[in-house]
Amino acid sequence: MTQFQKFTSRVVPLLINDIDTDQIIPARFLKATDKLNMGKNLFADWRYLPDGSPNKDFVLNKPENSGAQILLAGDNFGCGSSREHAPWALSGFGFRAIMSTSFADIFRSNALKNSLLPIVVEPQVHSELITLVQNTPNASLTIDLTNQIVQLPNGKSVSFPIDSFSKTCLLNGVDELGYLLRFEEKIKEYERTHS
Amino acid sequence: MNQPTTLFEKIWNAHVVAQEADSPAVLYVDLHLVHEVTSPQAFTGLRQKGLRVRRPERTVATIDHSVPTRPLSFPITDELAAKQIQQMETNAQEFGVRLYGLDSQQRGIVHVIGPERGFTQPGMTIVCGDSHTSTHGAFGALAFGIGTSEVEQVLATQCLLQRKPKTFEVRVEGKLSPSVLAKDIILALLSKIGIGGATGHVIEYTGSAIRSLTMEERMTICNMSIEGGARAGMIAPDDFTYEYISGREFAPNGAKWDESVRRWRQLRTDDGATYDKSIVLNAQELAPMITYGTNPGMGIPITGHIPQPEHMGDSSRKLALEKALAYMGLQPGKPLLGQPIDVVFIGSCTNSRISDLRLAASLLKERKVAPNVRVLVVPGSMEVKRQAEMEGLDTIFKAAGAEWREAGCSMCIAMNGDQLEPGQYAVSTSNRNFEGRQGKGGRTFLASPLTAAAAAITGKITDVRTLISN
Repeated sequence: MTQFQKFTSRVVPLLINDIDTDQIIPARFLKATDKLNMGKNLFADWRYLPDGSPNKDFVLNKPENSGAQILLAGDNFGCGSSREHAPWALSGFGFRAIMSTSFADIFRSNALKNSLLPIVVEPQVHSELITLVQNTPNASLTIDLTNQIVQLPNGKSVSFPIDSFSKTCLLNGVDELGYLLRFEEKIKEYERTHS
Repeated sequence: MNQPTTLFEKIWNAHVVAQEADSPAVLYVDLHLVHEVTSPQAFTGLRQKGLRVRRPERTVATIDHSVPTRPLSFPITDELAAKQIQQMETNAQEFGVRLYGLDSQQRGIVHVIGPERGFTQPGMTIVCGDSHTSTHGAFGALAFGIGTSEVEQVLATQCLLQRKPKTFEVRVEGKLSPSVLAKDIILALLSKIGIGGATGHVIEYTGSAIRSLTMEERMTICNMSIEGGARAGMIAPDDFTYEYISGREFAPNGAKWDESVRRWRQLRTDDGATYDKSIVLNAQELAPMITYGTNPGMGIPITGHIPQPEHMGDSSRKLALEKALAYMGLQPGKPLLGQPIDVVFIGSCTNSRISDLRLAASLLKERKVAPNVRVLVVPGSMEVKRQAEMEGLDTIFKAAGAEWREAGCSMCIAMNGDQLEPGQYAVSTSNRNFEGRQGKGGRTFLASPLTAAAAAITGKITDVRTLISN
């Protein structure tokens, strides 16, 4: 896993509540046996018209949003299926952080394992961000995980919560499996006493 | 005297291998279920890191999502699906994992065959790279869906890193009215708490209405816990549970059986234990349910009216409802009864077990599917298929004009060629009505097997109670 570093980027607003993982990447793209090229199918049914051409009205297709690395989403982002293809598609497309008032549990867990930061903000802050993006479409935010803050263009910064384990893993690019493998003796002991 | 604890806490506490300060718990996994869609990248990870499957005997694989369900549809013509299924076969062989593959007479949907073969047992921790793993909680197990990175972790270490979720008691008291099924209980709950209402929580279903349900009905309820965002759903085991498990292929037997049941009887929430959250439903007040929108929380009683956006309170919920109704092509404030439909799907890990098929057949017997309606009946496993055929249910379905299929997930997730056409309406016994879930542009009404069978007969959304003479 790559180390998560401080970055500044424009924000793409996708202000729909309960965006489920079937929208993030439809099931027909789950027949892949690798993680490659998932980004091109991100939000496929919203992003492309039935003939396969880009839907110009969809926010990700607006030229000014090209290269944006932060997605501002509605409440309860990532609900539904457990497919890790969802964060693979978001990361593959170029997103590094998703902001919402809440995330579905499995999505959140999957995102953290793919250097994709789920940022939970209070509804009040969420509303402020919506206003900011609507009034200043080219506004950039700086995501500073070390200090757990998002810096706004007006100089204001808002803090966000993250548990210390996930934060350490993201900042150091630590793979959870590597951490788990260190418990071999304890696992053996557990198996000896619980068989 | 020990602090009173919940069922969830008892199972959780018994599986914590280690817990470092400021870190998630290392939780031991008793049973790991695997399928072809969410596991290939995990096995690749093992290969790249030179790791083995730590406990192959605690790992069970099947193929269900990509597999065709049309009889005689082998070899598989969809190249990607064929490759994915082949990859599952290769991975199972290379890593020594038991696989119910294409040629298996016991294969089926992972959440149907786990309990059916006797792998699923009370007190276990069970995971699978599939959100509907919550199904197995019906046996008093702690069962939840995981991502592919976690599949790799469990394959390699038989453990997972988990933060302890909160607890949520859903108490259902009283007696259900005729034609009101387990599916209606869970859809009614979801319509009350919403699609994110149980996020971060493990639900325990309690109360007299839950206790009187069969194991298959309990599975239907626990299955859809995830649709409320719950980490898991569970029901304390009782005599119904032991009766279901007894004699199954991988169930304990002999002296081990008696010892197991003694242990399982301890698996209940102590008097005085508290939950972080709770809700009570009155079973008597429940009616057959149906969804009108694009998530499973958007449900109403079958005789109800579609909600109006202006009554939704906050603006984002209003917007969500408007978007859902636009996709569904439905008018706010109108009833759903009488809405014409194109397809009926009876199947999925929610409602494809023998009791579901018996219910659907009881209504379709000596009746015909409405003209221009396509009906698919897809058994959850080859075992369910055989049982149904032994009872003659297949004859009833075929005589009515329905398609009788082989086992698989089929049109619930539309990965195998069984799918809706854009704009088509379906009444489906599956678990998700998300946009495009059953095929791009397809529009889904979630309901019980009885409500689905009623729609098959009339060609429109129908109150099943009007078709049943008392």
